[in-house]
Amino acid sequence: MTQELFDFTKPGYYGQYGGAFVPEILRATLDELIAAFDAARADDQFWGAYVRELQTYSCRPTPVTPLPNLTKKLGGATICCKREDLNHTGAHKVNNVIGQGLLAKRMNKTRVIAETGAGQHGVATATMAARFGFECTIYMGAVDVRRQRPNVFWMEQLGATVVPIEDGSATLKDAINACLRDWSESMDSTHYVLGTACGPHPFPHMVSYFQSIIGQEARGQMLTQSGRLPDRVYACVGGGSNALGMFVPFIKNPEVELVGVEAGGHGIESGRHAARIPAHDIGVAQGYKTLFLQDDEGQMRETHSVAAGLDYIGVSPILAHLADTGRVRFTAARDDEAIAAAKLLIATEGIIPALESSHAFAGAIREAPSMRPDEIVLINLSGRGDKDIFTIADAIGDERWFSYLREMGARR
Amino acid sequence: MNLADYIRERRARRGILLMTHAVVGYPSLEANRRMLDAMISADVDLVELQLPFSEPVADGPLFVKANLDALAGGASHGQYWNLFSETAARAPFPVLAMCYYNSAFRMGHAAFCERLRGSGGRGFIIPDLPREEYGDLEALSAENGLAAIQFFTPTSTDERMMRLAQGARGFVYCVARRGVTGSATELDRGLYDLLARYRRMTDLPLALGFGIASADDIRRLRGVVDIAIVGSALLRSWERGGEDAYRAHLTEMAQARYS
Ligand SMILES: Cc1ncc(COP(=O)(O)O)c(C=O)c1O
Repeated sequence: MTQELFDFTKPGYYGQYGGAFVPEILRATLDELIAAFDAARADDQFWGAYVRELQTYSCRPTPVTPLPNLTKKLGGATICCKREDLNHTGAHKVNNVIGQGLLAKRMNKTRVIAETGAGQHGVATATMAARFGFECTIYMGAVDVRRQRPNVFWMEQLGATVVPIEDGSATLKDAINACLRDWSESMDSTHYVLGTACGPHPFPHMVSYFQSIIGQEARGQMLTQSGRLPDRVYACVGGGSNALGMFVPFIKNPEVELVGVEAGGHGIESGRHAARIPAHDIGVAQGYKTLFLQDDEGQMRETHSVAAGLDYIGVSPILAHLADTGRVRFTAARDDEAIAAAKLLIATEGIIPALESSHAFAGAIREAPSMRPDEIVLINLSGRGDKDIFTIADAIGDERWFSYLREMGARR
Repeated sequence: MNLADYIRERRARRGILLMTHAVVGYPSLEANRRMLDAMISADVDLVELQLPFSEPVADGPLFVKANLDALAGGASHGQYWNLFSETAARAPFPVLAMCYYNSAFRMGHAAFCERLRGSGGRGFIIPDLPREEYGDLEALSAENGLAAIQFFTPTSTDERMMRLAQGARGFVYCVARRGVTGSATELDRGLYDLLARYRRMTDLPLALGFGIASADDIRRLRGVVDIAIVGSALLRSWERGGEDAYRAHLTEMAQARYS
């Protein structure tokens, strides 16, 4: 899979990014994980078992859906999207989680832990834990607990313990720190199911490996449905897992332009965003070296995005490298652009996208009108938007929804 | 005298040495100065000063709070190095820097080593920097006469410890148990066996940290390790009872080195 696609300058490095910067206590645990991951990849049965589990449990292969109404409305390129929103639990996160769950079983672990931002990865992990019989603890920033309450409810119903983290900015990065601390103590019984292509080696590689099922399927589907590969592929970039999952199988086709869309928040110039690529500030935190949103003394900055899943200080070291080499082009979409994109997709195609995924659409919507109709744009619809009902209703300012909330509140 | 020899020489006169710790800027720089006054009066043997970082993954809740509150209170590299050089100039004990790697990385390895040496520092402890990621920091620290402290942990294999020992200078920071700083450690048979294993891996002095909290702990470690490292327990005393409680606790632990 991804293995042969990257020039490893040293193991775990992608150009100057990556590595494993963890306290010595975790070294042996990462070595154990690397060995288990290598053995799984060398086992011809493993990938098949992974795909079978996703086919019978999570609606794979997910379709590529043509979007004729959106295409017509924008009047440029022909647009279609990969439906990761149709996965069990509603996002691409489940792919990685099932893969790591199978690995955790091979390592005889009895407990899993995970960080979550939007709550999607937490719900996916709690679901996998229920199915595979793992004990499960989910760490979640207290700010995210407030904005993603429905997901907290489901994680708890699924039997997970959800621990709100009040430290620091009380978002995804703080939840990752909490996981690393838990793991430093619990590693004998516990696997850390990191939810994105970040963190210490082997996580960026491993998460991209599992998520590459997205692009592998999409590639075949494009060839069957359109007779050729797309001209441009868009994906939103939080930590980078849905983007790498989609991009990696296209990397050796230079005619396919790959576009990563970061969270522009209130606009890059406002300082309230989560776009890590433009400032190009290299740093080391949370176990890996990459581009971080940080100040001159290396303290991590507050990030902002309307999409909790994109609201993160770092970006996959693999994507940082692909940005340097120019293989992936990066852009950012603001909160208001993402919400407008979500409304447009809902109205024209009857598809409700997650706010994270809406950033990928916003990027494509901006550029598609200047492309020719014979050019094909593929957008990764990484997740569905039901979880964002509170945020979207807020942004739209729907009065009937607010009065419904008041009534529900009054009943308790 | 190099750091290892300083430790050996002092150790010849005391059953065990004491290394204490402060997070610079927490609860305030003024409080740090009073803690350092207490350390000087108690004649502690070594001190590590921690540079606050926004993502302190090796630390438990108390030090996480200390790091983040220090930053919220405006702690900066400038303040850190000022307090560092002021301390190194007035204190009889060697002072070491403790920081997360991003602080040193952002300064640049050469600038970090020069700044540390220029401030009178004797070495550094970087808990999230494994030896294979040192790059030129190993050579630069040697050129600047700085001890690069390595870690032995309960999960480290013998082979791994031997590799780490090759890059170690000054002493080896021995982690007493799994987990992060701050919670209790049982000083039991398992720990003594672990220390015996560590002992076979290096001739350098051994410093034991994580969970050492009382004068009793120090007494039980006498003759077992060379240095006891005390961090969270003292800060907890400050939080509970201010300077008086801190001094009392520190004095008691310092005396437990002999009696
Ligand atoms: C639907 C959805 N898309 C995208 C992301 C961003 O993560 P990544 O960049 O790893 O795909 C998340 C994260 O929670 C998500 O839930």
